Amino acid sequence: MPKPKMQQYWRKNLITLFYLLVVWFVVSFGFGILGVDYLNQFNIGGFKLGFWFAQQGSIFTFVILIFVYVIRMNKLDKEFDVNED
Amino acid sequence: MEILTWTYILVGLSFALYIGIAIYTRAGSTKEFYTAGGGVSPLANGMATAADWMSAASFISMAGIISFSGYDGSVYLMGWTGGYVLLALLLAPYLRKFGKFTVPDFVGDRYYSNKARVVAVICALFISFTYVAGQMRGVGIVFSRYLEIPIEWGVVFGMCIVFFYAVLGGMKGITYTQVAQYCVLIFAFMVPAIFVSMQLTGNPIPQMGMGSTVSDGSYLLDKLDGVLTELGFAAYTSGRKEMADIFMITLALMVGTAGLPHVIVRFFTVPRVKDARLSAGYALAFISILYTTAPAVAAFGIYNTIESVSEKKVDNLPIWVSNWQKTNLITVDDKNGDGMVQYLADKGANELTIDKDIMVLASPEIAKLPNWVVGLVAAGAMAAALSTAAGLLLVISTSVSRDLFRTFNPSMSEKKELRIARLAAAGAVVVAGYFGINPPGFVAEVVAFAFGLAAASFFPVIIMGIFSSRINKEGAIAGMITGLIFTLSYIIFFKFISPELNTKEYWWFGISPEGIGSIGMFLNFFICIIVSKFTPAPPQVVQDMIQEIRIPRGAGTALEH
Repeated sequence: MPKPKMQQYWRKNLITLFYLLVVWFVVSFGFGILGVDYLNQFNIGGFKLGFWFAQQGSIFTFVILIFVYVIRMNKLDKEFDVNED
Repeated sequence: MEILTWTYILVGLSFALYIGIAIYTRAGSTKEFYTAGGGVSPLANGMATAADWMSAASFISMAGIISFSGYDGSVYLMGWTGGYVLLALLLAPYLRKFGKFTVPDFVGDRYYSNKARVVAVICALFISFTYVAGQMRGVGIVFSRYLEIPIEWGVVFGMCIVFFYAVLGGMKGITYTQVAQYCVLIFAFMVPAIFVSMQLTGNPIPQMGMGSTVSDGSYLLDKLDGVLTELGFAAYTSGRKEMADIFMITLALMVGTAGLPHVIVRFFTVPRVKDARLSAGYALAFISILYTTAPAVAAFGIYNTIESVSEKKVDNLPIWVSNWQKTNLITVDDKNGDGMVQYLADKGANELTIDKDIMVLASPEIAKLPNWVVGLVAAGAMAAALSTAAGLLLVISTSVSRDLFRTFNPSMSEKKELRIARLAAAGAVVVAGYFGINPPGFVAEVVAFAFGLAAASFFPVIIMGIFSSRINKEGAIAGMITGLIFTLSYIIFFKFISPELNTKEYWWFGISPEGIGSIGMFLNFFICIIVSKFTPAPPQVVQDMIQEIRIPRGAGTALEH
């Protein structure tokens, strides 16, 4: 692959990673730890919101994040013709 | 049928299954021994990774730890799952493209230095040994509790089983046994959880039951907060630890998870880079089934315990209490002689002590489930302990045969390498078994620190090896050694030299030894970047290799050598 195109692929990859990792940080460290007291004023069902993020919500989000990453990267690989099939 | 009979039948059947699979899928070449020939499907690898990852501690102890620590227990839930996001996004695809067998392989090649490789091997061996000893102990405890045989015999029996399929099957045998073990352990964990959730809240999904109402119409968690505060404990949904400490422990566990060699190596077994990404997703999905159920089991467990024991007559306690009193996991001591049990935060007046493992082990009995469920939980706990032990033994044997012997004797034949790998696995089983029977007081403690050490040593060096082409061997070696020594000294100081100082007032920035790996990681990054800045850039070959691993195409199967 020519170098400029390779750099473009890598840049797009890094941007994807950046956005996904921001979400990763916000749901766990943000909602589950730093902002837990504030969010605990709100309720969903019988859960205080901050507590829910710390014990349930962050984990569900993590799973979704990885699958979003998989779909996004498969698309990117095809776009730049570096896919494996 | 009796509980004991059911346990023997179910544990026996599951063992027969594992051994059958191991014989059917045994490894014939080093490639099959190290990475299962690189032909495992992403779904199967995801399941195997989940079983590899979830140890006896996840299965037996985690829910109980959360029961007694409430919100503070979240560090384990977030820490041991969030790491997979890092693994999937930052490590797995690139290491798969790199296409060799071990983490030290990558460190050695990327940093063009056998010194770096040896430092990495030492870190890998240290992390794996501490971890595996804990697993063997777990195997022994499960055996002795359920099959009513001495702990030593339990460990020896567990050693024989693991020896048989890890040494014979290598990665290939382990992978397919782990798939079976995942199914056994998740079924065993979910069945009691679903029944308890239904009995308590009427909702069959434990994750939702936890947020539902109990019989008197109030929310379970609100009621739990109320009851616990009344007894003098902290509210279930609020923490006692400092926020900074919670933050650092969670970070250390996440990063440590991503840096554990026995987890990373699983992603070498799939055929393509895109499979590595996908299989990390499957792995976390499978893990999250247990990890989102565990906090529900925790809340149900502590609620049930308080409801059925607190302020009840000492001589009229439920039958499960007296059953588990025999094992000393529950003790009742009517200190004030009023004939009632007082469960209180005040240690002087408290009359009930409960081991954390009870929350999972006794849950089928608390919910009055049939005897076969108890046997099932035993088989699940065994599956969790054995699968993790086998994965770790493989890392140890690979580190010895490939990273040590082959590095210093590159012309060794494949047959000889395979023999050394098997011998090393056998040796490791024996050493691990010895520590399982005679646990040095520190084993349990050290297991928790394996994460901090992995975070402070491997993680930064691998990340920068992929995302920077400027980091060189001088930086990597300096970084790894600094991170490791810093973290190790902090832990050793507070845990072994001056345990009496191990309190908030003396910790740096309020960070406990459990969370110090995070600081070690930042130090590693920092030193690595500074040292690299003042030393020459890596040679062109390495620069080309870095460009190469960033592109998925052309991964092929794992390279021979």
